[in-house]
Amino acid sequence: MMRLDRTELCLIAAAVVLAAGGLIAPGWLVFLLTMAFAKALVVQGVVMQMRAGLVSFGQGLFYCVGGYAVGMGGHFFGLTDLAVLLSAGVLAAMLLAMVLGLLLTRYRDIFFAMLSLAFSMILFGVLVKSPQLGSTDGFNVVSWTLFGWSPGKDAAPTTLLAVTLAASLAVALLLYRYVQAGVGVLCEAVRENEVRVEYLGLSPRWLLYSNYVAAAAVSALGGGLTALAAGHIDPEMAYWTTSGEFVFIALLGGTGHVAAPFLAALVFAVVRTYAIEFVPHSWQMILGFTLLGVIVFLPKGLWSLFSRAKAKGAAAS
Amino acid sequence: MTHTVSVTRKTLRRLSLTMAASALALAAVAPAQAAENGKFRLGIVTFLSGGAAGPFGVPSANAAKVVIDQLNAGALPAPYATKGINGAEIEMVLIDENGGATKQVEEFRNLVQRQKVDAVVGYISSGDCLAVSPVAEELGAMTVFYDCGTSRLFVENKAPKFVFRTGLDAAVDNIGAARYLAATRPNTTRYAGVQQNYSWGQDSWADFTAAMKQTLPKADAVESQMPKLFQGQYGAEISAVSVKRPEIVHSSLWGGDMEAFVLQASARGLLDDATAILTCGESALERYQGQAPNGTIVGARGPFGAFAPQNALNTWFTGVYQNAYQMAPTYPASKMAQAILGLKHAAEKAAKAPGEVPAPAAIAAAFKGANFESVSGTVQMSRADGHQALQGISYGEYHFDAKTKKAELKNVKSFSGSCVTPPDGTEAQDWIKAGFPGAKCE
Repeated sequence: MMRLDRTELCLIAAAVVLAAGGLIAPGWLVFLLTMAFAKALVVQGVVMQMRAGLVSFGQGLFYCVGGYAVGMGGHFFGLTDLAVLLSAGVLAAMLLAMVLGLLLTRYRDIFFAMLSLAFSMILFGVLVKSPQLGSTDGFNVVSWTLFGWSPGKDAAPTTLLAVTLAASLAVALLLYRYVQAGVGVLCEAVRENEVRVEYLGLSPRWLLYSNYVAAAAVSALGGGLTALAAGHIDPEMAYWTTSGEFVFIALLGGTGHVAAPFLAALVFAVVRTYAIEFVPHSWQMILGFTLLGVIVFLPKGLWSLFSRAKAKGAAAS
Repeated sequence: MTHTVSVTRKTLRRLSLTMAASALALAAVAPAQAAENGKFRLGIVTFLSGGAAGPFGVPSANAAKVVIDQLNAGALPAPYATKGINGAEIEMVLIDENGGATKQVEEFRNLVQRQKVDAVVGYISSGDCLAVSPVAEELGAMTVFYDCGTSRLFVENKAPKFVFRTGLDAAVDNIGAARYLAATRPNTTRYAGVQQNYSWGQDSWADFTAAMKQTLPKADAVESQMPKLFQGQYGAEISAVSVKRPEIVHSSLWGGDMEAFVLQASARGLLDDATAILTCGESALERYQGQAPNGTIVGARGPFGAFAPQNALNTWFTGVYQNAYQMAPTYPASKMAQAILGLKHAAEKAAKAPGEVPAPAAIAAAFKGANFESVSGTVQMSRADGHQALQGISYGEYHFDAKTKKAELKNVKSFSGSCVTPPDGTEAQDWIKAGFPGAKCE
């Protein structure tokens, strides 16, 4: 029997509370939560790489692959099962990441950022040039089933929220263990001093490679869930501004804790939707000021609000 | 000193924690403003930022504002003289369309479920329309698309109930353009195209070339250029088109791209020898100021803007718009006014008592197949099972008088709706390739 520590129990409790809340929440809030958590999964992919010192400005690539796998699976292969569609997206993203990773893990810093961006823009370009896939207009995703059960239009949003929360919880628990395990700690070591890791007899490149592939899988899962929730996909998913949004949310939350991206995605979604409602002409400014505020006052992201005790200890030493 | 700093830090941290918490709390509590205040809450969605805001979004939002103000004042000519919608004051909720289809789905749900709007009018981007349409049907929310032109809208939404479109299918623009050329320039043998490389441009070119094969079978497409959206610089494309010496240059470019292209193409002499036919050209009618060569053919995606007929509603609309914004309304503005008037017509037809805000299903039932008066003349909702407007299209030549600094349209030709619109259940491309079976042209 696997023993769970306090953080893990907290994560499970949070997921259960949110899922229960989903049953009584108004429709728009259920949708907002679903989208926020699906996006947070993509952000987890960005954060995984940030912990290893790499900023991916092209995580939209895997987000888009996950989304298009769901859309195309339904449209061209008649697949409707949610689990099959999501797995197809994850698998496709991992295969792609295994190929691209060979090249990308040779690069660091801005070179990695730009090259990852370039690959996602190539996918964008290919999709725009494909009229059979609806070009820039994209296409609608067929309605999904869950192990043969087809939820009606009333049950679908809540069910999808539950599925998204379950997926988020599974990813959060896995990542929590991953961060503490040898390979997770080594990712931070690579960020701090790559040469030293090599002297320890380890290969930073293969560490980064496996981390890159794992991050791609997590992001594709987020993309697939987004496509199922929104019911529509378009090449915008691979556009660089979408990837930029994921980096934005990653910075907002910080890399301090596995729950930080979820919190940040939630805050981002709430701030954005109310900014759009109250200042329709300049909502982007509100988002900009929010990020600016976080950078200035909370350089380690929103999560540093919760790790105050630690910060105090560090200040004293 | 350090003490002060740490206190400030602590306060700030607490402050931001409170702010984050209250933001989340607000999200959970705020939905309370139901439309139980007796007003008609109307969601308006159009581009307020990004490249489509200047030429389309902002004129549309401006038109919505001025029309709603006038409606609330009861200042419209017949048959729209009742205050607001059926006597209920209209409350506008304005939302930015920028940010992609996924976000628009989220904001549409927020409009309907949180803001409790009674109807939504909006959407310029075809991708947004395609994404929003199934959600509108799912939520049972009365939705009027005023501008997006995709032919796929009612192909994907086969049995529409709550989704209506008062604007025209984009295929109409290009069939109309081909018919205009056949009527005014029957000796054309060489034509070229410059389109933005995205759905709109690709579809426009496919429809136009297919229609030209029918209306002017002797003409050849000698060149097609697809610069990317918002490219702004068209030197290479203009050179590539120039060397092929076309007589006609077709372009579905819009907004700043279209204006930049016209400016650069006329400076480089392309438009000395060739005539441009611009399907979205009318939106810059007041802005060319002679920079487009005289004789350039422009369209307005229907009988809108400068092509709108003379009637009491159009005179009223042009007057109030001009008063408020010191310029004549362009076609996106007319189309927005048309969508709001259509909605008002349907809601009033559905209402049983004055002051009542009818349910979406009742408005939809009244809207289906309706004939209503608009700034562009009478609109028949007679396609897609009564959910799609059928109207004609006009093209004309731009002429600028340097003395009076006024632009005017000459050689205007209009084609009736049934002459340029595919019948129900037929995809535009199939209809064009089959030689427009059943088209009735005067």
